[in-house]
Amino acid sequence: MEQQTGIGAVQAVEVRGLRVRRGPQSVLHGLDLTVPRGIVVGLIGPSGSGKTTLMRAIVGVQVVQSGTVTVLGEPAGTDSLRRRVGYVTQDASVYTDLSVRQNLDYFRAVLGVTRADVDRVIEETDLGANARQLVGSLSGGQRSRVSLAVALLGRPELLVLDEPTVGLDPVLRRDLWALFHRLAAAGTSILVSSHVMDEAARCDRLLLMRAGEILADDTPAGLLQVTGTTDIETAFLGLIGTGQGDAR
Amino acid sequence: MKPSRTLATTGRVLSQVRHDPRTVALLLLVPSLLIGLVAWIFSDTTVFDSVGPAMIALFPFIVMFLVTSITTLRERRTGTLERLLSMPLGRGDLILGYTLAFGLLAVLQSSIAVLFAVTVCGLEVEGSVWLLVTVAVADAVLGTTLGLLASAFARTEFQVVQFMPVIVFPQILLGGIFLPRDQLPEVLRVISDWLPLSHAVDALNAVATGSEDAAYVLGELSIILAWIVGAVILGSITLRRRTP
Repeated sequence: MEQQTGIGAVQAVEVRGLRVRRGPQSVLHGLDLTVPRGIVVGLIGPSGSGKTTLMRAIVGVQVVQSGTVTVLGEPAGTDSLRRRVGYVTQDASVYTDLSVRQNLDYFRAVLGVTRADVDRVIEETDLGANARQLVGSLSGGQRSRVSLAVALLGRPELLVLDEPTVGLDPVLRRDLWALFHRLAAAGTSILVSSHVMDEAARCDRLLLMRAGEILADDTPAGLLQVTGTTDIETAFLGLIGTGQGDAR
Repeated sequence: MKPSRTLATTGRVLSQVRHDPRTVALLLLVPSLLIGLVAWIFSDTTVFDSVGPAMIALFPFIVMFLVTSITTLRERRTGTLERLLSMPLGRGDLILGYTLAFGLLAVLQSSIAVLFAVTVCGLEVEGSVWLLVTVAVADAVLGTTLGLLASAFARTEFQVVQFMPVIVFPQILLGGIFLPRDQLPEVLRVISDWLPLSHAVDALNAVATGSEDAAYVLGELSIILAWIVGAVILGSITLRRRTP
């Protein structure tokens, strides 16, 4: 038996044969993928490709039809994982009628982590100047940082971030990507989705997704080499062109 | 479930409400104003003395049902519910946390409503006013827990508004407000025996007219409490961590 908490002993996420239907629509049709530990993995694909559904399955809030999702060595959605995985949904899932600090204080109590952790995550997301402001009075970018701050509480081993940089200005986006890499360097595994291809280059590894299937699982450099292209967007278009994206 | 998480949820809901003074004012005053309106309509008659207690059951019940179901539905729509359910928060922590928060508001709301009905509208109370307040609070908390249950079932605000006619209106029609329950057709009387609002109306009438002893009122009160506990448990079970 592999030790479940040993670093490198198991993958951060292991998905085998995952099938998910939402309503009459099959969203994921037999997905296989792995997310290694301690690096930033980008889940890149157009909207509607199933990124959010996959992330929901990983954090254990999605009803799945078949297949297995193993997170940090345990089945997704297991009680003990709820403290070890941080999740940022696409909308800023925070209370607009509470201040930044009140939001963090509540989620801190739910997670059962120390008060000092609130100050740490406020600093990491650069929200010190806004801590006493109501979230409803913040800009969209600031709100998504509050949402990210909540996910950082308790130093989870895996962060699942659904388009955390949408609508942010370039400076903030750069700062957040720097934060992701700092966290990864400290041992946190990160799965971050984006539909912006230029963010792909900032990831250690890429999962290119389209129409519920993984088109490619490679490093950015490796992907460019395989497809003989110079940017990720062209590489993505090239992969679709080979017909792999239409294999349903 | 863990008390610290339940209470943290209660505290969070109350701070949310506190940031919205208009909601607080509406919540606390609207039932009293409606009771006052009914008293005014019937000011030259003796009708208010007979329907007054039922109004104390009715308006707080409806207001708490609506406010609670819409608040929890907003939690579902903004994604905070999904986030909480991916965290180590028990489903019971959430439902009970909400019940305690709105229960506290119900205490204030019902106390104001009873005080207003008795002092301003001149409602005659033969029995204990404290007992009247107790039944009124239980009735408002019942509205809260049924609202929680409805929003655990509903998926959209639209559906919650549909639950209003389904869950609330039959209880009003069969609760003995329009026609004393013993004069209802047999089948409807039996159904009304099973509806919690009927017992709240009966208990409030009994206290106001002094027609029954305290044991009877406590018996009715325990039926309401059983419904409250049942709705909290059913609401916790209905809430799903995984959704399609």
